[in-house]
Amino acid sequence: MKDIRLWGLKKSPWVYHVAAASCNNCDIEILELLTPRYDVERFGIVLVGSPRHADALLVTGVINRKSLPRVLEVYEQTPKPCLVIAVGTCACNCHIFRNSYNAVGPYDRHIPVHAYIPGCPPKPEAMIMGVVKALSKL
Amino acid sequence: MSTWLTGWRLVLGFIFTMVTVPIAGLVLTWVDRFVSARVQWRKGPPFYQPFADLLKLLLKQTVVPEGAVRSVFLFAPLVGLAGMILVGMMLFYSNFNVIVSQQSSFVGDIIVLLYLFALVPLAFIVGASASRNPVAAVGASREMTLYLGYELPFVLALLVPVVKVAQRWGVASGLRLGGIIAYQQQFGPVLYSISGVIAAIIILFVIQAKLGYVPFDIPEAEQEIMSGVIVEYSGAPLAAFRLTRAMMFVLLPLFLITILWGGIRDWWAVLKLLLIVVLVVLMKNTNPRLTVHQALKFFWFILTPLGIVGLILAFIGL
Repeated sequence: MKDIRLWGLKKSPWVYHVAAASCNNCDIEILELLTPRYDVERFGIVLVGSPRHADALLVTGVINRKSLPRVLEVYEQTPKPCLVIAVGTCACNCHIFRNSYNAVGPYDRHIPVHAYIPGCPPKPEAMIMGVVKALSKL
Repeated sequence: MSTWLTGWRLVLGFIFTMVTVPIAGLVLTWVDRFVSARVQWRKGPPFYQPFADLLKLLLKQTVVPEGAVRSVFLFAPLVGLAGMILVGMMLFYSNFNVIVSQQSSFVGDIIVLLYLFALVPLAFIVGASASRNPVAAVGASREMTLYLGYELPFVLALLVPVVKVAQRWGVASGLRLGGIIAYQQQFGPVLYSISGVIAAIIILFVIQAKLGYVPFDIPEAEQEIMSGVIVEYSGAPLAAFRLTRAMMFVLLPLFLITILWGGIRDWWAVLKLLLIVVLVVLMKNTNPRLTVHQALKFFWFILTPLGIVGLILAFIGL
């Protein structure tokens, strides 16, 4: 039973894109990842419109006092099991904003993060590798 | 008719509706995604992709939103699924009975089918309204408007074969699916006439709208209202909705073949089914989404007059 469940999860990870106050650069790279050039639908990865349908959350941006409650709410609203993938250096470790009065620390201080994809912005190939590593950790 | 044969047919019908139709629907969903991928110069997902999606959704957590009407929210997907199972059963029996024994189903079953197909948008509307989500409410209102739009030309298109059969064998035969199939076996498919072509064009557009495909995916526009009517659904209920859509993807083209294209008699029906499906998918991939008032205008002021013209032609005998 557990194997079947894992197989389903691994073969069809639907992603929801949480853009929490990023500079939009990582978001543009995520959109590029979903274009026909990289064709992630080969692996069953589909961008969905609602966190209720999602199996993986792609979080971008440096988290701040305003966006933290929203991100936490999106995480709580997502049916479990759900992966969290931090895309970009800002999401991994706050990058150049770590001394800012408004930054409240990287994502893993607030929600469990399954994969870190550093880069400013990371390349789509790096993101595919990150998702694969997160899935193999399941 | 012996009881043995009745029992045997019951088993066959059960297998057809509970096993063949869902599996065929999921495979056709893959065909849809594969053809879409090829249109966009991609490779596309593997053939087992819809099965993996369904399996994953069935084994995931189901979240019921706070403040939602729990029973209605969870019950609505089953209503749509039950409707599709009944449609599959009725299509199977009317086609099968004509082949085996020249007997056919009851008078007025085409009207029953019309209402069974309406159960699916009803399930979406009720489920969305029970979920207490503003985005889902917008989706539900759009679904309602769209339903009011496409039902009128759909009825007019259905009347074309009914009128054709009724002119030869009387209204009682015309209002029976079995009567329409038997008529087509004797005089050739209704499609091969001017009114038949008009009815087929209208039903093709209605299939597009009933399946919620672009250009009529207004109730669940992903970019503007976050998949609208199904925004709050997760886990098994979402899987039920997806299975309903997949079954519809088989049953609506089969319905078109049954009433206009000679019925399901031989293996040609499979090719006809694939042709209609690919046509629907190509239409989906080459059109932008309409707004809801554009869709309503399209159905009421272009397809409805076309349907009336088709009906008049059918009365004249063309």
